[in-house]
Amino acid sequence: MEFFERFAVPHPSPAIYASMVAIALTSIAIVIGLTYFKKWGYLWREWLTTVDHKKIGIMYMISALLMLFRGGADVLMMRAQTAVPENTLLDAQHYNEIFTTHGVVMIIFMAMAFIIALMNFVIPLQIGARDVAFPRLNALSFWLYFMGAMLLNISFVIGGSPSSGWTSYFPLAGNELSQSVGTNYYMLSLQISGLGTLITGINFIVTILKMRAPGMTLMKMPMFSWAGLITNVIIVFAFPVLTVALAMGTMDRLFATNFFTTTNGGMDMLWANLFWVWGHPEVYILILPAFGIYSEIIPTFSRRNLYGYNTMVISMVVISLLSFLVWVHHFFTMGQGALVNSIFSITTMAIAVPTGIKIFNWLFTMWKGKIQFTVPMLYALGFIPIFTIGGVTGVMLGMASADYQYHNTMFLVAHFHLVIIPGVVFAMLAGLTYWWPKMFGFMLNERIGKWAFWFIAGGTCLAFFPMFISGLDGQARRMYTYSEATGFGIWNMLSFIGAIGLAIGFVLIVYNIYYSTRYASRNIGDDPWDARSLEWATHNPVPEYNFAITPQVNSRQAFWDAKKKGHKLFKGGYKEIHMPNNSGVPFIMAVFFFIFGFGFVFSMWITVIASLIGIIACLIHRSFEKDHGYHISAEELKKSEVELRGAK
Amino acid sequence: MNINKTQPLEYSTEQGRLNILGFWIFIGAEVMLFATLFASYFTLFDRTGNGPSGSEIFEITPVLIETLLLLTSSFTIGLGVHAMRIGNKQAMMSFFIVTLVLGAAFLGVEIYEFVHYVNVGAGLQVSAFTSILLTTLGTHGLHVTFGLFWGIMILMQVKKRGLTPQTANKSFIFSLYWHFLDVVWIFIFSFVYLKGMM
Repeated sequence: MEFFERFAVPHPSPAIYASMVAIALTSIAIVIGLTYFKKWGYLWREWLTTVDHKKIGIMYMISALLMLFRGGADVLMMRAQTAVPENTLLDAQHYNEIFTTHGVVMIIFMAMAFIIALMNFVIPLQIGARDVAFPRLNALSFWLYFMGAMLLNISFVIGGSPSSGWTSYFPLAGNELSQSVGTNYYMLSLQISGLGTLITGINFIVTILKMRAPGMTLMKMPMFSWAGLITNVIIVFAFPVLTVALAMGTMDRLFATNFFTTTNGGMDMLWANLFWVWGHPEVYILILPAFGIYSEIIPTFSRRNLYGYNTMVISMVVISLLSFLVWVHHFFTMGQGALVNSIFSITTMAIAVPTGIKIFNWLFTMWKGKIQFTVPMLYALGFIPIFTIGGVTGVMLGMASADYQYHNTMFLVAHFHLVIIPGVVFAMLAGLTYWWPKMFGFMLNERIGKWAFWFIAGGTCLAFFPMFISGLDGQARRMYTYSEATGFGIWNMLSFIGAIGLAIGFVLIVYNIYYSTRYASRNIGDDPWDARSLEWATHNPVPEYNFAITPQVNSRQAFWDAKKKGHKLFKGGYKEIHMPNNSGVPFIMAVFFFIFGFGFVFSMWITVIASLIGIIACLIHRSFEKDHGYHISAEELKKSEVELRGAK
Repeated sequence: MNINKTQPLEYSTEQGRLNILGFWIFIGAEVMLFATLFASYFTLFDRTGNGPSGSEIFEITPVLIETLLLLTSSFTIGLGVHAMRIGNKQAMMSFFIVTLVLGAAFLGVEIYEFVHYVNVGAGLQVSAFTSILLTTLGTHGLHVTFGLFWGIMILMQVKKRGLTPQTANKSFIFSLYWHFLDVVWIFIFSFVYLKGMM
């Protein structure tokens, strides 16, 4: 029995037991369901082994939504705990675990997954490509991400969750102050999913640079693809820094090295620096695709070309460069001295310039446009004012001397949620609604969608505006409770109500998906929004080969001009199409990675070595494999195209 | 399959060209990885705690041998790729084998060096300096080790399948990887050893 003791949760509570039961019941239900409906074969053939960028995108999206609800459940517990002074709903340790996993889950496993979901689904279609450059690696990316996410999620019921914040600062995250295996989970799960993200980055840079449709020069590329290109460049240059930092942190915890310790020359601030050298670009990895999505949605529903295309591109490039030069602003108060702080203060504020340019470009795009208030457009319209409030308070925080007042208060919490929620979450929901018909062949209900929007937008404002006040008043973040005399009670109660509003909004979105799946018309044509870029030139939902004939592009709004000016996108006849074969190896390899991570967390070295052998075996298998794919003949294509047209 | 005869074999297919570009971008990521290690090394260089400093433990002889072995191996793999370009499979394989033997010899000397460090009281856990020193060297050594096995896989495929667009592509990408490890070593030699011995 001694062997199993290590898996016990150090601070059990009713919530943890409830999660154990819930996880067990869900797993049993899934197994029974798959067996009963005889879907195991379908699951394996169509999803677990797929290398199709569209299906991988959809799997990313489903995982991201699941993680959204996991992170959201954390939120409700946190806000309920702090809603009234001296609440005893959660104890301090439990509260620490929840805000830590909330941050990790929302940033790494929800937001990252959501942007990669949309990039996967949309970018190859937007640039007129058949798939990504390395479809097999793409599947591996997804499964590594997925296994990383699962590894962190089981920490709650096996061995204990991380509890030193999503930033996991040392020495707090060291062995002495974080004794449970929680932080090991943090290190390993981020490492595994980070590897997947890095592979995605390489994959998409090559795809966008090399696989664009004939005629689509870089400066004719749709803005979301541009955002994707720049985002992936940031991924490739930022994630290796995290890889090294996590490796050092893991070694400090498991092999007693002295990187971030406070003895034997170790330097805890090195972690903070390395973390934010990755962490700040990470923020832009999240926001640039969101900017790209808004740059697609706003022109579509304003019926105007995007204003200032060139400056949009330039400002994204400038943001990506500056994103690597601002990391110190996360810890102005940690004693760098006035000169260093001033430099980073200036670079921080400089980012407001290209961002401001983008905001004005969107406003000018709408100027004199015929605006349609669809759900995606509502999110875009809600984004601009709320994001600007979040951004301007960011400039306030960026002033090093003033930051001593705001640092580590709820003011900061309000700031970054008010940029991330309208920036990333609104964009993801807008993109989801916008591209939903491309994914599934029907539209989400607009009426329910609008209700959801107003709950989410209102909930966001109500949840976070009061934090500015309580933060300026001195409420520190991450405190699990406070006394009545502080007067923070009323502001926290308002935040709690806002959080409930947000929760209702998300439940409405789920209801909308259910409702629309049952009742929405399947007869919507290929272009229900009257949109502008290439992904709308193929069928709804998209056939596996994307485009029967490779499109030829000669303008920025390729599809719009094809519709309005009569440009011909598809020239010539059907030609044989080469397709990659499905493969189960990426999934199997990721399972080995999961076991590897799990073994590492608990220092079970035999497990680690065995799974490492499995990983290497998968690599060798791939190296020796002769995989030439298969072909779809011109006749099959013709037949499929005739059927798809008939379906309209 | 579309084969472009005007290009070298490794560039002759579309997928081959994509692979090579992808690998260059991967090398970009590797540059960041080692840059982070170097930055950490410079930060922790004089934080030796109770342990020894660099000038107390570094020995020039093994380091020079390692440098010579690795630089030569980079030269021989260059010859190997040249042989591949002129279609001489036998010469190509011979040069690749020489490269891997030199790599294995490098690794042998590096293992000797690590044992030496542990013996003189500079093990992984002694101080921040020894931690980052052995981690930086170890990361490079791990890359070389991985490269040895990878190279053997590729040689087996070239032997069995001959010089096809696929095997040529793999061999070329492997040579890029090997040259990159050499570049990293030049930085290690200059900024870890030479700087540390001064």
